[in-house]
Amino acid sequence: MKYLLMIYENEKAWETMPKAETEQLMGEYSAYTDSIQKSGNFVSGEALQPTQTATTVRVRDGKRLTTDGPFAETREQLGGFFLVEAKDLDEAIALASRIPSVRLGCVEIRPVVDFSGTMG
Amino acid sequence: MTDLPSLLERTWRDDYGRIVATVIRVMGGDFGSAEEVVQEAFEAALLQWPREGVPTEPRAWLLRAAKNKAVDRVRRSARLGARVDALEVIARVEQELAPTLDGRDWQAHPDDSLRLLFTCCHPALAEDIQVALALRTLCGLTTEEVARAFLVPAATMAQRLVRAQRKIRDARIPYVIPEPDALAERTRGVLHAIYLLFSEGHSATEGMELLRMDLCAEALRLARLTRSLLPRHPEVASLLALLLLHHSRRRARVADDGGLVLLDRQDRSLWDASEMKEGLEQFDAALALGAHGPYTVQAAIAALHAQAKHAAETDWEQIAALYGRLTELAPGPVVELNRAAAVAMARGPEQGLALVDDLESSGRLTAYHLLPAARAELLRRLGRWREAEAAYRRALALVRTEPERRFLEERLREVLASTPPTS
Repeated sequence: MKYLLMIYENEKAWETMPKAETEQLMGEYSAYTDSIQKSGNFVSGEALQPTQTATTVRVRDGKRLTTDGPFAETREQLGGFFLVEAKDLDEAIALASRIPSVRLGCVEIRPVVDFSGTMG
Repeated sequence: MTDLPSLLERTWRDDYGRIVATVIRVMGGDFGSAEEVVQEAFEAALLQWPREGVPTEPRAWLLRAAKNKAVDRVRRSARLGARVDALEVIARVEQELAPTLDGRDWQAHPDDSLRLLFTCCHPALAEDIQVALALRTLCGLTTEEVARAFLVPAATMAQRLVRAQRKIRDARIPYVIPEPDALAERTRGVLHAIYLLFSEGHSATEGMELLRMDLCAEALRLARLTRSLLPRHPEVASLLALLLLHHSRRRARVADDGGLVLLDRQDRSLWDASEMKEGLEQFDAALALGAHGPYTVQAAIAALHAQAKHAAETDWEQIAALYGRLTELAPGPVVELNRAAAVAMARGPEQGLALVDDLESSGRLTAYHLLPAARAELLRRLGRWREAEAAYRRALALVRTEPERRFLEERLREVLASTPPTS
């Protein structure tokens, strides 16, 4: 079963972080990614540009409305994600709790809907 | 022969949880279907037993009926095209339930109840729904009974339970006993859920009644079950001891008019001697297992009260020390308030009052009626009538249960009667 692990943290914290600390974290991220690739849990994962680069788009009555900024202003922002394969929620929780940013922000775990049974 | 409805009711009470626990496992963790299947089995018994006689092994009969219905259901859903590996599930149902079916081997899967308890108390489910789910599934309470326990409408509770069951299914919360490295953390959650349930019953936070015996009894049942499932776990024994010792005082705690009777005024002959004895035995067992956590300290306090034949014999100095330990293990303003009360008993109201004042100035318990109530009590004992009166009035403005309100009003009248007229 696939789970999306969404990493939320205060992006300002990254901006003000000393360089050595940022490098340390990046190192931890690459070690983490390696380890979940080896264990076969990794499906994909990306880091996102900060929310100041975000654009939100809606279409109402056929008209497109594009606005600057993220969908919601929150104290912690979606900064990246991993899509993982895990046998159950406990394994997904274990994977999420090893993501380096879990110590700074939090990780929301969402099971991915499996349409293969109905679409196949 | 015992009459059938009461036999079935007893079987339901005693065995529903275990039957459901096993059926959930063989049905691959599907709570909703497993519950329906077991309920259908009980309905079948209600129809067939009067005609055909009560089987020699009622539980085995029920389990067999549940098994057949489970197999039917899996076949049906396979025909309907649902994506289940039907053959695999059927094979598992047949194979895993077979040894259980002759009745003698009923204990074959004691782990199923534990699996069910841990799944119900999974931290991915909200705390209050954990207990509700355990009561519904493991104790066989109806949704209406669970709703009553949580003071919410039945429809609301039904919706919450369905939502929780859906989360278990869709987020795939595993139907397992946690791995050893996670067991300690997860057992804490289970114990906390039971403790909360008992506390709510023991000092209801709202309503006309002071004690809600139904909640206390169910919490005790879960504690006993957990104790039998995890016999080597020290904190489980401590929790059971704690609940038994508190429960043993229930009759003395409520006056005939439904009012609250504090420990120092309780008629100790009303304490349930056999429950108290069992509580002390469980406490010894906990100590023998090396228990030393927060439930153990609370059980130790309860044990000291149990051992005092009269209120005046209470070892308050030791109780105050235990509360001191508790403020380290499970820090919180309520614990500090209890410590202040014990210190007042051990070393006089002035020292207790100093601690209460510290707590009040910290501003952490401003909406809690027991803070001004404790302050009022100490001021009353010091004869500081006007300050006591003001504190009782503050407590009365915050209190939410009727018996406690009456208790405070009575104390306030005493204080007013003792206050000398203004000169």
